Amino acid sequence: MTPLIEVQDLHVAYISRAGKKSLALAGISFDVRPGETLGVLGESGSGKSTLAAALLRLLPGNGEIQRGAVLFEGQDLLRAEPRTLERIRGDRIALIFQEPSLALHPTIRIGEQISDVLAAHESLSRSALRQKTLQLLAEVFPADPARIADSYLHQLSGGQQQRVLIAQAIACGPSLIVADEPTASLDPTTQQDILSLFRTLREKFNLSMILITHNPALLAGLADRVLVLYAGKVAEIGPTEKVLAFPQHPYTRALLQSMPRRLDEPAKGHKSKLPVIPGDAPNLEELANGCRFETRCADRMEMCTQREPEAVAVSEAHAVSCFKYGG
Amino acid sequence: MRRENIKPHLIVENLEKSYENAGVLGTRKEVKALQGVSFSICRQSTLALVGESGSGKSTLAFCIACLERPTSGRIVIHGNETTALDEKQLRRVRPQVQLVFQDPARSLNPRFSALEIVSEPLLVQGRFHKREREDRARALLVQVGIPQEKVLRNAGEFSGGQRQRLAIARALALEPKLLILDEALSALDCSVQAQIANLLLELQSSLGLTYLFITHDFAMAGHLADEIAVMDGGKIVELGATEKVLRAPEQEVTRRLLVATPRLRAAAEMPQVV
Repeated sequence: MTPLIEVQDLHVAYISRAGKKSLALAGISFDVRPGETLGVLGESGSGKSTLAAALLRLLPGNGEIQRGAVLFEGQDLLRAEPRTLERIRGDRIALIFQEPSLALHPTIRIGEQISDVLAAHESLSRSALRQKTLQLLAEVFPADPARIADSYLHQLSGGQQQRVLIAQAIACGPSLIVADEPTASLDPTTQQDILSLFRTLREKFNLSMILITHNPALLAGLADRVLVLYAGKVAEIGPTEKVLAFPQHPYTRALLQSMPRRLDEPAKGHKSKLPVIPGDAPNLEELANGCRFETRCADRMEMCTQREPEAVAVSEAHAVSCFKYGG
Repeated sequence: MRRENIKPHLIVENLEKSYENAGVLGTRKEVKALQGVSFSICRQSTLALVGESGSGKSTLAFCIACLERPTSGRIVIHGNETTALDEKQLRRVRPQVQLVFQDPARSLNPRFSALEIVSEPLLVQGRFHKREREDRARALLVQVGIPQEKVLRNAGEFSGGQRQRLAIARALALEPKLLILDEALSALDCSVQAQIANLLLELQSSLGLTYLFITHDFAMAGHLADEIAVMDGGKIVELGATEKVLRAPEQEVTRRLLVATPRLRAAAEMPQVV
């Protein structure tokens, strides 16, 4: 199947005020197929939010795309004209951010904020606009779309606010939704509600999704494939069941082992020390030659300090960037 | 649980807290944030308080930390009945309970050095001379894992995990016996959560600390806590040994929260690192 979006060798750097350059994404390649959900798993500083912003060229002023291509529906978004890009943003690719209370306007009614999105991409009469807004809200609030349309931000709970952002995201019928930590500020039950809403909408509208998170457990029932990002590089990419159950990269393995597992294995290690990854994530301004995980890695070998490993296929659709597998 | 720990360090009895909210046309609406909350925590053990947003967890924390006055009921900390004390006496008792919040980026002044942050509680309480305050702060910072050479750096220069270490060191400065950890791990990355969880366990046994661990995260509660209390609508609806609450929850709310906890399903087959 031809991929819906294909990211090739993406390099993004941030330039500090002192003129120092740090490479936040150092050669990222992956694709997402129609209807597929790709989970991007990464911790702070891995470059996961930079990735979301770079796909639509929404990087802050000090961010610079240095190399690579983002092929979407036949064109390279990194080289597209601003007007073309504007049509794609929101219309073909929609973004959902972490903090819904900051993404919505506090003194404009919710309905109007959704109409604004529709009106920006197509011309509709007032009544058609209202009708379409209510239809969209009904997708995410089946019980009471009209009441939500007339509400203000502060009258909605965190979960409801996130539903509004999802309604905005699907407003123009995009083929791809990029969601950056969409459930981070929600409590677990609301989190599950939002995730199952994603599942429903994905089926209904045949959406592809890039779901960015720091929490591996969120991806378990949702993503088809998982991409593990470490310090701006793809450590591992593969089918979700493989990556989460049989992680191959030493980083993925260590990360998953550091999580308490009492609910799955009740007898295990109550109040015992959790296995941790020693040290901190590397400073991207001062990177050495070798593998970026080398200093923290339990399986390091001599060659790890000499050059960076390439991605190696360990099984079908499962690739790992580590010298253990040849690199 | 060991016998010498049986005596409770914190006792909460029949705690009620109501707020008055402005209603329509000048009317007042009473909101019952806590209703008949009772529990106790033994010395050097951990009670996890789990519940959805708005269930009353933070109100309870503030009442125990003597930052809010409950409407009625008793709180006894280390033999002191704080609910019976006046403001002046509370000033003396407050240091015994310290809080660690969710987001260290917001709870620490980014322009203060690590050393200033940790010695400030001692300064506020008027304890010791400058030299001794700094020595104590240094020792605490080392104890929570901040390297000696970094103690003069500003809080803003530390990573999220290290800032949470600073917040813990500051909480420990006044030598409290009870720490309230209000979502203290929730904002951290998974690998950092493990590091801080280990630090909390280490400090608990070396300093004999009692923890009230407020969280959304059943998995972490299951790992750290001796007992779990589930809150819903201002009440404690279920309270029991961790094992029991996780394996055989009695209440619908608990079951719902457990089901909603994201987990790595195939985790049992995870290969172990040797």
